[in-house]
Amino acid sequence: MEEVPHDCPGADSAQAGRGASCQGCPNQRLCASGAGATPDPAIGEIKEKMKTVKHKILVLSGKGGVGKSTFSAHLAHGLAEDENTQIALLDIDICGPSIPKIMGLEGEQYVEDNLGVMSVGFLLSSPDDAVIWRGPKKNGMIKQFLRDVDWGEVDYLIVDTPPGTSDEHLSVVQYLAAAHIDGAVIITTPQEVSLQDVRKEINFCRKVKLPIIGVVENMSGFICPKCKKESQIFPPTTGGAELMCQDLEVPLLGRVPLDPLIGKNCDKGQSFFIDAPDSPATLAYRSIIQRIQEFCNLHQSKEENLISS
Amino acid sequence: MEAAAEPGNLAGVRHIILVLSGKGGVGKSTISTELALALRHAGKKVGILDVDLCGPSIPRMLGAQGRAVHQCDRGWAPVFLDREQSISLMSVGFLLEKPDEAVVWRGPKKNALIKQFVSDVAWGELDYLVVDTPPGTSDEHMATIEALRPYQPLGALVVTTPQAVSVGDVRRELTFCRKTGLRVMGIVENMSGFTCPHCAECTSVFSRGGGEELAQLAGVPFLGSVPLDPALMRTLEEGHHFIQEFPGSPAFAALTSIAQKILDATPACLP
Repeated sequence: MEEVPHDCPGADSAQAGRGASCQGCPNQRLCASGAGATPDPAIGEIKEKMKTVKHKILVLSGKGGVGKSTFSAHLAHGLAEDENTQIALLDIDICGPSIPKIMGLEGEQYVEDNLGVMSVGFLLSSPDDAVIWRGPKKNGMIKQFLRDVDWGEVDYLIVDTPPGTSDEHLSVVQYLAAAHIDGAVIITTPQEVSLQDVRKEINFCRKVKLPIIGVVENMSGFICPKCKKESQIFPPTTGGAELMCQDLEVPLLGRVPLDPLIGKNCDKGQSFFIDAPDSPATLAYRSIIQRIQEFCNLHQSKEENLISS
Repeated sequence: MEAAAEPGNLAGVRHIILVLSGKGGVGKSTISTELALALRHAGKKVGILDVDLCGPSIPRMLGAQGRAVHQCDRGWAPVFLDREQSISLMSVGFLLEKPDEAVVWRGPKKNALIKQFVSDVAWGELDYLVVDTPPGTSDEHMATIEALRPYQPLGALVVTTPQAVSVGDVRRELTFCRKTGLRVMGIVENMSGFTCPHCAECTSVFSRGGGEELAQLAGVPFLGSVPLDPALMRTLEEGHHFIQEFPGSPAFAALTSIAQKILDATPACLP
């Protein structure tokens, strides 16, 4: 296991290789020589690879368990319903790769002819295998996914991320820096405990200049299957996503209610849209997906206008 | 070479319990808080350590958001949540100047802070220290276990929700525990069913059965299921009266039972 000194100043910092904590680190000479300060050649390589990928969308949330993977999977399913659109879904949650399960894949990488999936989950031989990696190794894996996977001609690359604002998020933004990310979709639930983390995520996006497509409020209300009355399982005690979006001036793409069939279908690895085409949750998803497409197309036209002008 | 536990800030802590989950959003912080309160209800002196650097949620849950943290001669003084000083808390949340500021750190820097947190908080005499962790099996988790190892933690409580997607991640967490030599005290299944306030129908909002199946599969004790209680969640959100309101919640009975199992599993202290 690679050991990084606990107070490593960072390979690209001015102190790289020179700090007191660098003594004894296997990379000391490399860092002191200034090698860390040069941009990673992989960034250029990834830019080349990404030339055949039209749109790149990151699905983020500061908070865990709000439905990022569920949303990413269904965004992919929804977009892939158009057979002429090529979709790729990349799961960079190295420690908790949920996408294979949600997409019903045990190792095959294509869900449909036009929907391909990549995840570290495919590289694990057993469902009990734990990926106990520190940051640098996780970053290496993400770099490999972006640079070494033959993505081919893809209309939409959707990147599902783990919760937090850490190595994985910094890496994916850094490695895709030259390749232009269309934007981020940020998922939250109505509660303040989620919004608290999502505000941080929005600030993270602004710090790294990642455009925000908008926010999705998930688990927004529950319709009892018996009496059909609505309850708030996760109450929006501080105004929910709507107020947060107003305050931070980001678009609210939509609200998806809690439908127990979503969980059941994810467990079976099936698209929820097929099982419950008329559910209010399906309708909400479809409207959100449309808004995302509109954002991406608007972006594309702007880019084309800039090039042709 | 690992020395035996040096006298230090954790010397007065009798038992350390880590609350883990491979999966995010299953309720680790909520369960950590509820467990701490249930143990306190059983007459124990409890501390809570929140090492979730990216998403420190516990200060708000206990109405302690914005409380100032002071240094005493032995290190950081934890924040006491009651007059009797039977429940205390330390979280990175207290150290953030602006609550909306993201802690965007890579692994090594997180490790350094966790090491500091674990050794520099002047807990004093505690019966139990409940350590809340972020989701995953990475830097923070390894750092926490390495820092706590000399103090021989009692074990880990692993939290899941009933769905296969959660169970899938939690299986990996159990492997992590095995590999790092951390005893699994048991599995807690959270968000086990929602009772409609209008018609009292109980719906399995997040599927069912996963926790118990996993416990059987992995050969670890199943400690219990905790139902979804929106009224309690509202209180947690508002962060004002949770300590008083918790005993009135359906979740309380579940947590009391879980706490009792932990008390039963705790070896008697040597004089």
